[in-house]
Amino acid sequence: MEATKTLSRNKGVVRETRKWLCMPYGVFLILFIILPILLIFYYAFTDARTGAFTLGNFAALFEGDSSVTTFKVIGQSLGVAALTTVICILIAYPIAYILANSKWNKNIVLVYLFLLPMWINFVIRTIATKQLLIFFGLDPALHPWVCSIIGMVYNYLPFAILPLYNTMLKLDKSQIEAAADLGASPVQVFFKTIVPMTVPGIVSAATMTFMPTMSSYVITDALSGRTITLIGGQIENMFLNGAQQDLASVYAVIMLALIGLSVVFENLFSEKKGAR
Amino acid sequence: MEKEVVMNAPNQEMEETNRSLMRREKGEKAKKFTALTFVWIMLIVMYLPIMYLILFSFTDADVIGEWQGFNFDCYATLFNSNNANAKDIWGATWNTAWVAIVASTLSTVLGTAGAIGMHFLGKKLKAVFNFANEIPIVNAEIVMALSLCILFGLLGLPKNAFSLIVGHMVLTIPFVVINVQPKLEQMDPSLYEAAMDLGASRSGALFKVMVPDIMPGIFSGFMISMTLSLDDYVITEFTKPSEGSDFQTISTYVQSTLSRSTPPIQIRSFTTIIFVLIVLVMIGYTIVNNRKAKKI
Repeated sequence: MEATKTLSRNKGVVRETRKWLCMPYGVFLILFIILPILLIFYYAFTDARTGAFTLGNFAALFEGDSSVTTFKVIGQSLGVAALTTVICILIAYPIAYILANSKWNKNIVLVYLFLLPMWINFVIRTIATKQLLIFFGLDPALHPWVCSIIGMVYNYLPFAILPLYNTMLKLDKSQIEAAADLGASPVQVFFKTIVPMTVPGIVSAATMTFMPTMSSYVITDALSGRTITLIGGQIENMFLNGAQQDLASVYAVIMLALIGLSVVFENLFSEKKGAR
Repeated sequence: MEKEVVMNAPNQEMEETNRSLMRREKGEKAKKFTALTFVWIMLIVMYLPIMYLILFSFTDADVIGEWQGFNFDCYATLFNSNNANAKDIWGATWNTAWVAIVASTLSTVLGTAGAIGMHFLGKKLKAVFNFANEIPIVNAEIVMALSLCILFGLLGLPKNAFSLIVGHMVLTIPFVVINVQPKLEQMDPSLYEAAMDLGASRSGALFKVMVPDIMPGIFSGFMISMTLSLDDYVITEFTKPSEGSDFQTISTYVQSTLSRSTPPIQIRSFTTIIFVLIVLVMIGYTIVNNRKAKKI
């Protein structure tokens, strides 16, 4: 009796000590992830000289002449991100469906082949894409949008294929067959059973491409002849080249707001799925 | 006569179903052919830019797309220690490699310990940790890069190897945690308790029972960390050592050559070598995997 008591007490102590293993990571999280983000808010909403609360930094970007640049940057970023996401999903969807369908493809190597280019440095791949586009008569300086979108889709396609492939592997085959047996046309089967079942995959493919494109200004810089400026590129211009910490922080806050929106959007969809 | 007719009817029916089955099979075959053709065409498109680069690694024209005769100049100059470009490329390769290895190793240790600790936390605290862990995953890289830079500036710390490693750890740690977590959930808790009951020390139970159990998660976390770190541009550009200012990784080096009228020809041969290495590793990995599968 005594022995088991001490044993179980020991176990309790061990459980307590195990918890402390996450302390170093906790410190790291607070110091290098949470604190820096709070600093961004601080610099975005305070005056550089006095440190008093102000909306002046926002005003500096959204009033007068500079508002044209600001809206252009935000508009171009959203445009590139939206186009890249939609095109990526439209191309990745059938690829993932075919790769995950055991009737057509039993070879996992084919999936690896789609992921393999990711291990070649993306800046090098972007240079290669640029040269190839020029070879095909698409000069980035003349067709900045077409070239940038091709470069972005090329870079993010594997990121869209992977989550879609993973959801398609888990597709409920009996439901699809039942729909077909009960007289649904192939088009109906596709839109009424396959698409709804793959919504989580579509949503995670979209989040894997939408936000990251805005940070990938290297691609648009190379493939648009620097005519398309993404929020990421603008932050770099302002901070590394212009030392405008406050204005860069404002852009970062705008980006955080967009990220917040996309997270809410993503959660809405997963909740709907849960309700079903 | 009548009998025959009666016999015939089901036969005919069977033949018809046979025929429709055959037709269906033909349709299936055609479908399979179209599907796989589509996939292969997409694969060829995906590899086209890389192949284009590789093709022009066998000529020494300054611009890719101009063929100036077959030669190995790109390779010869890449391995010539007096060539300035070659020096830059190998320097950047070394930097990329050690940053990725150091940052991924530290991330794996810190992230795995974190995940184990989180596993034993109460519900509320665990949720807080999980939320904080999600931040770098959903956050844009540029925001993290800027915020870290501001932090280091505020603390008066210079940008050096430390800031760079911290930057890459911020990028990679959350992925270690989310890879280890599912393995911890699957782990049989009684195994660990049994080890303790049988007299294993705390660290013994941890390293001999728990860690081997979650090893696949730790390994995939490490591999994802390496992949992210090797390819990173944004965080590297913001946190890399600024003093002396010639610290480059492959990403930042190649980006810096973009503004030149002609990027170094050695990038072509370098990419070819990396590509061949990756393909060899892939082939080796597949063979080992297949052998394992056969043994089981």
